[in-house]
Amino acid sequence: MTVVDGPVLALRGVSKSYGAARALVDVDLQVHAHEVVAVIGDNGAGKSTLVGALTGALVPDEGEVLVDGSPVTLSDPSVARGLGIAAVFQDLALCANLDVVENLYLGHEAQRGLLLDEVTMEKHAWELLNQLAARVPSVRVPVAALSGGQRQAVAIARSLLGEPRVIVLDEPTAALGLRQTAEFLTLVERLRERGHGVLLTSHSLADVQAVADRIVVLRLGRTNGEFDAARTSYEELLAAVTGIQR
Amino acid sequence: MSESGLVATTWQKLRTGDLGVLPVAVVLVLIGLVFQVLNPHFLSADNLVNLTQQSAATGVIALGVVLTLHVGQIDLSVGAVSGLAAAVVAVGSVQLGWPLWLAVLAALAVGVLVGSIYAALHTRLAVPSFVFTLAGLLVITGLQMRVLGPTGSVNLPFEWWLVRFCQTAFLAPATSWAIVALVVAGYAAGRATDRIRRVRAELPVAPLWEVVARVVALAALLSVVVAYLGTNRGVGAVFALFVGLVALTDLLLRRTRWGRSVRAVGGDAEAARKAGVPVRRVFVSAFVACSTLAALGGVLAVGRLAAANQGSGAGDTNLTAIAAAVIGGTSLFGGRGSAWSALVGILVVQSISTGLTLLNLDQSARLVVTGLVLAVAVTIDALQRRAREA
Repeated sequence: MTVVDGPVLALRGVSKSYGAARALVDVDLQVHAHEVVAVIGDNGAGKSTLVGALTGALVPDEGEVLVDGSPVTLSDPSVARGLGIAAVFQDLALCANLDVVENLYLGHEAQRGLLLDEVTMEKHAWELLNQLAARVPSVRVPVAALSGGQRQAVAIARSLLGEPRVIVLDEPTAALGLRQTAEFLTLVERLRERGHGVLLTSHSLADVQAVADRIVVLRLGRTNGEFDAARTSYEELLAAVTGIQR
Repeated sequence: MSESGLVATTWQKLRTGDLGVLPVAVVLVLIGLVFQVLNPHFLSADNLVNLTQQSAATGVIALGVVLTLHVGQIDLSVGAVSGLAAAVVAVGSVQLGWPLWLAVLAALAVGVLVGSIYAALHTRLAVPSFVFTLAGLLVITGLQMRVLGPTGSVNLPFEWWLVRFCQTAFLAPATSWAIVALVVAGYAAGRATDRIRRVRAELPVAPLWEVVARVVALAALLSVVVAYLGTNRGVGAVFALFVGLVALTDLLLRRTRWGRSVRAVGGDAEAARKAGVPVRRVFVSAFVACSTLAALGGVLAVGRLAAANQGSGAGDTNLTAIAAAVIGGTSLFGGRGSAWSALVGILVVQSISTGLTLLNLDQSARLVVTGLVLAVAVTIDALQRRAREA
């Protein structure tokens, strides 16, 4: 991992419109290594557009995306992956009929000659899941048989295969139960310990406060404040999200 | 594992379809026993040799159907494609005087072409496959009639190699046993290396007795088949070709990157695309492989009958091939199944057909029974899918 003092991934003055609707207006954002940044906002605040701009799913109309301080054009998710930015989407994009190992390596299978190298893949899969302290009964069960939290762990483990420096998680807790959310938050801490920068979006303030170092509030496409998670109250965050003056 | 635990896991696997073709193989044995009780000629070596020989052509077509079902699509025109291929072989070689090998290649090329057109319609225009293959069924049947011309029927000389290969060529006993020895040795070696590598990698391994039992079971199964068929004419060349194609397809589906993409696309095409699978190419390969295997089935059928006519590939060929794939346990919902389901499925369908014929029941009974078996198979498929999602 290269040692750079500044942010690994940053947005500078980014705007994006869909016709007359302005989804993002002049947004600045930084993600450092060893840091969890949460982006919160109400529905329609621009969270998904922001994730799209960071992961190459869409190109902003104005402003710059910077990786290690140099401007880059993320024209495609594969370009972003190549620059060390991995995305885990809300739908997880797993094939339910394939098992954990098959899903982890889908599209990037290890081979021995012309045949698949199941042993290497299975061993690495266990190592990866153990690092994340993810509890999966077996790596040879179809993903259909796993719980929502376990599926998410598999999706995150998959995003780690390319040794990314930043992991972008879109609404990771939206579909999780209480216990699974707790397990997920532990998992995010593991990612931070491994040295990854993590950016996650959410509209659950409680989850975000539990895990984030910094919280960026989006409101109607604009940044409506940046908070130190340890020193900000729930009420302050709620006020920033909803725009209600106290 | 306790005994009740083993029963519970087996039941769970049965409910969700994780036992693969094993349950259908058991059904096949039961069908054989029932017909044997009703007519003592059924399990005679002579009848079983006939049965295997009759299964080959439609079995090859069913193997193609397995591939389209794997990607979650269906090809309803496989029978028509096989009929057109048969017509091309017969008319090309007999009436136009092409060398036979050229006529066979032309027939296979027709299969490749039809599959490519289907793939283009599906991947570029997103037309549902059951509609355009139904349209294809009509178009191709029309082309078959046009190719055959006004006489409507063309005979092949019996001494031609294609006819001899499909009718009278049998593996010599020495060849059969050599193949059995090679297959068993290869299987054992593969299992052993896999186990050693897993032990080294500190991964969980199946107990040694299980590995040995599997090798012994395979050796026993193949030996019994070869020895018993050997008391009559032996293993037919065309049946050996069919089984070889099934084994090759099984290897491709389970152990290669292509096979994994096929299963992924059949399970969830959008997720597969996001994971970096070339979804479009996977669809093209499945449709082309299916139509080409259908054409090959037609070539084998023309060899077996030594003739092509307007009835080639018509009527029940289509439905038999599709029914065989589904009865063999390949899911209609995509992403699940096995190449072996083509073999087991066609043997079930052919056994029912032969068995009922031996009982002096006519075509009507055969259609009704096969239809009912297909209905049961589809119901089981749907129930298993529900059990997996629960």
